[in-house]
Amino acid sequence: MSRGDPGRVEADRIVESAGVRLAVYEHGDPGNETVLLVHGYPDTHSVWDGVAALLAESFHVVTYDVRGAGQSSAPRAVRDYRLDLLAADLFAVADAVSPDEPVHVVAHDWGSIQSWEAVTDPGAERRIASFTSISGPCLDHVGHQVRQRLSRPTPGNLRKLAGQLLHSWYILIFQLPLLAPAVWRLWLARRWARVLEKVEGVPPTAGHPAPTLRSDAVRGIALYRANMLGRVGRGARERATGLPVQLIQPSGDHYVTEALTEGVERWAPRLWRRTVQAGHWVPLTHPAAIARMATEFIRHIGGEPASRTLRRSQVGVRRARFADHLVVVTGAGSGIGRETALSFAEAGAEVVASDIDEGAARRTAELVGVLGSRGYGYGLDVTDESAVRDFAAEVTARHGVPDIVVNNAGIGHGGPFLETTTKDWHRVLDVNLWGVIHGCRAFGERMVERGEGGYIVNVASMAAYLPTRDLPAYATSKAAVYMLSDCLRGELDGHAIGVSTICPGVVSTNITRTATFAGAGEAEQGRKRDRATGLYARRNFTPRRVATEIVRAVERGKPVVPVTPEAKVTYLLSRVSPATLRAAAKLEVA
Amino acid sequence: MPSTQLDFSERDLERFREVQQLAYRCAEETAAWLEPGVTERQAAAELRRRLIAGGVEDFFHVPFAWFGDRTAFRGFRVPFQFFPSNRVLREGMPFVLDCAPIIDGYTADIGYGGRVGENRIWDRLCADLREYRELILRLVREGHALDEIYKQVDALIARHGFDNRHQVYPGRVIGHQVTRQHAIGPKGVTLFGFGIRTLQTLGRELISERLHGRSPLWADKHASAHAPTPGLWAVEPHIGFRDVGIKYEELLVVTGDPANPAYWLDDDLPHVRRWQAMEAA
Ligand SMILES: NC(=O)c1ccc[n+]([C@@H]2O[C@H](COP(=O)([O-])OP(=O)(O)OC[C@H]3O[C@@H](n4cnc5c(N)ncnc54)[C@H](O)[C@@H]3O)[C@@H](O)[C@H]2O)c1
Repeated sequence: MSRGDPGRVEADRIVESAGVRLAVYEHGDPGNETVLLVHGYPDTHSVWDGVAALLAESFHVVTYDVRGAGQSSAPRAVRDYRLDLLAADLFAVADAVSPDEPVHVVAHDWGSIQSWEAVTDPGAERRIASFTSISGPCLDHVGHQVRQRLSRPTPGNLRKLAGQLLHSWYILIFQLPLLAPAVWRLWLARRWARVLEKVEGVPPTAGHPAPTLRSDAVRGIALYRANMLGRVGRGARERATGLPVQLIQPSGDHYVTEALTEGVERWAPRLWRRTVQAGHWVPLTHPAAIARMATEFIRHIGGEPASRTLRRSQVGVRRARFADHLVVVTGAGSGIGRETALSFAEAGAEVVASDIDEGAARRTAELVGVLGSRGYGYGLDVTDESAVRDFAAEVTARHGVPDIVVNNAGIGHGGPFLETTTKDWHRVLDVNLWGVIHGCRAFGERMVERGEGGYIVNVASMAAYLPTRDLPAYATSKAAVYMLSDCLRGELDGHAIGVSTICPGVVSTNITRTATFAGAGEAEQGRKRDRATGLYARRNFTPRRVATEIVRAVERGKPVVPVTPEAKVTYLLSRVSPATLRAAAKLEVA
Repeated sequence: MPSTQLDFSERDLERFREVQQLAYRCAEETAAWLEPGVTERQAAAELRRRLIAGGVEDFFHVPFAWFGDRTAFRGFRVPFQFFPSNRVLREGMPFVLDCAPIIDGYTADIGYGGRVGENRIWDRLCADLREYRELILRLVREGHALDEIYKQVDALIARHGFDNRHQVYPGRVIGHQVTRQHAIGPKGVTLFGFGIRTLQTLGRELISERLHGRSPLWADKHASAHAPTPGLWAVEPHIGFRDVGIKYEELLVVTGDPANPAYWLDDDLPHVRRWQAMEAA
């Protein structure tokens, strides 16, 4: 391929390194801190296009084609692809684009493997300020790990080894003569865009796959041949670094699994470990998430306070179970909602407490503070969709994307169906069902977009599966929440967002004092409320115990949690003998 | 025979006030004497010693001391758990001292909460306790029934996000009537923590009030469905949050006079002074 071909981008500068000419591309203001992006195999600098554009808003962003790829020159000999040479290339580029200040390295796949070589080089801190590693371990670390696992062949260790081996089939194939290059030349290069799209969900973009793919892929095989066996086998060296390292593990990576970087803190004690809900080609599929994580890390290394998810990911720091988590609770001004806010606070979480009664929400936030955490109170009517959207936007802007959202706000309503008015139905469904829908949507979207998982708790009721003539509207609203949660769980699972449905039985809260009863006059309402309140008080199951179950549900990822013995028994009955419950529904209780 | 008016003279009230002052003074001194390592028993004994040195002849009930989560009566199932235990005071712990000295038949019944070192929860409870004193007085002056006031106090506790700890007392009482004791029998002898003379007086009151469909005990039960009878009421809202409890207890004067139906016997008390200091700060 020669200069001037379509799809080819002119390099902004050429850097010489040990006789190799490296094509270097620059974005953003050179006066800003420099971020150096290193691509993997079989890619070129263009894998970073999306990320670079975003980072260029605040950094001097530099990408380059590594030797053998894109517009850089390609030495012939396999030995010219040794890691020490690749690391020297990285330093040469860093010297050229940022001669005075060390650079922040962000690297993917083989780019990350090379960068580990550079980062663990003695004296690297003079040229490198931080390292964000995506899907590319240090081969020496892997070598030590494999040897350690083989020397202690416990079932767990062997399983991990076998697991990674299954993910590394291509590495073995790459060691064979002829086969891999032939496959690339004859077939794979032409199909690569399709394969990426089908298997990895990576749609083709302007520069990717690069027009040079065929030759990049074939030459790049040398990376494996020159380095793999030596390092991963007996030749593993002690490679440590005092530089801050952020490991980003894509949850759905088919090639590089989390087990590969287990124990890296031994070599890189200043370690942050984060997961992004994406596949191997995350720089292409989720450029915003990568740009955000890189920015958060670089800014933090520069002395700014860390984001909550970054704080949470620092390895080797002891923290309370939900420290550095943000929890949003609706209907948090009373009962189960307030106690849930407090229980999460005791487990270390920051809490946004919202309620239609703003004063009550503020009070909850204050109690969160009394328990030693940070609480924020907001007025919010969950039936108002646009208010919920605005609320989600405000919470995200002021406190960050929540890690846990508890859709708890709800109202009680009893009385026979034939006396329940349309207005009654709307009121009950608006709060108990629509409130949950709005909450799930407004916050679910943001959790998915952030890409770092999350949790949604929907407070239903044992009425969700216990039919009774006394609570037609209430039970219907709760059954809907139950089903909604089951569906949502299926959808959000792939984003590492858990969903729990909480089904409390009879709990002593304010709900009986505010409940309404269809077909009852003013005085009758009061009497029914008092009776229910007395009954619930005698049952004496505290909302705090429900809150404890909610926290536990999140901790363990429990899908459906009946709370209180009566809720558990009826849950069981609803599974084994629904007819019994249908028969019991005829009884008048309230 | 219970009357519709207060049958204490100014002089009598003065004597009640003096005993109450003495009780609070001894509690404050004992609190100042407390330090990490002291047990509840030692604290209660110290309180008793100071009261007796101050001229106390008998007790309505024995002095109590509660430390740590026992200030919130956590895990209390049987009345014996109220008695001072070997719980050791530690840095940051809340404590409650409670005593009911009698001099010449004039009875005080007080509760004093404090903490050693820092305790954020206690500070919040202490600040909020003020609202209960104001609420109770206002509702009594408005002529509400005792059980209704009790429920309104409960509602305030719920709004605050705390829990009602006076419901753990025998009979769930938030207060009880106090009369001048005229009883025979040895002073200073107690049965189940109550003075022999107290039990006599209490028994007599209970019977006589019951005859009138009223109760000298203030709870949320039907027996309390009446406005407080004129006389002196020892009122003891006791609130808790997590493992911290706080209370105060002091005498409320119910006059039967519509022009000034009720007032706290004395405003110069440690908890009131604390709130004043907080407000000034
Ligand atoms: N208490 C029980 O026995 C019980 C049993 C099963 C399920 N639940 C469910 O638990 C949840 C919490 O109820 P609770 O028992 O703590 O009741 P609660 O009445 O003590 O608290 C509910 C809170 O929700 C708030 N709220 C009401 N409407 C709202 C709206 N439109 N927008 C925002 N906030 C609103 C209220 O102001 C209140 O603070 C409800 O969904 C309820 O259906 C309760």
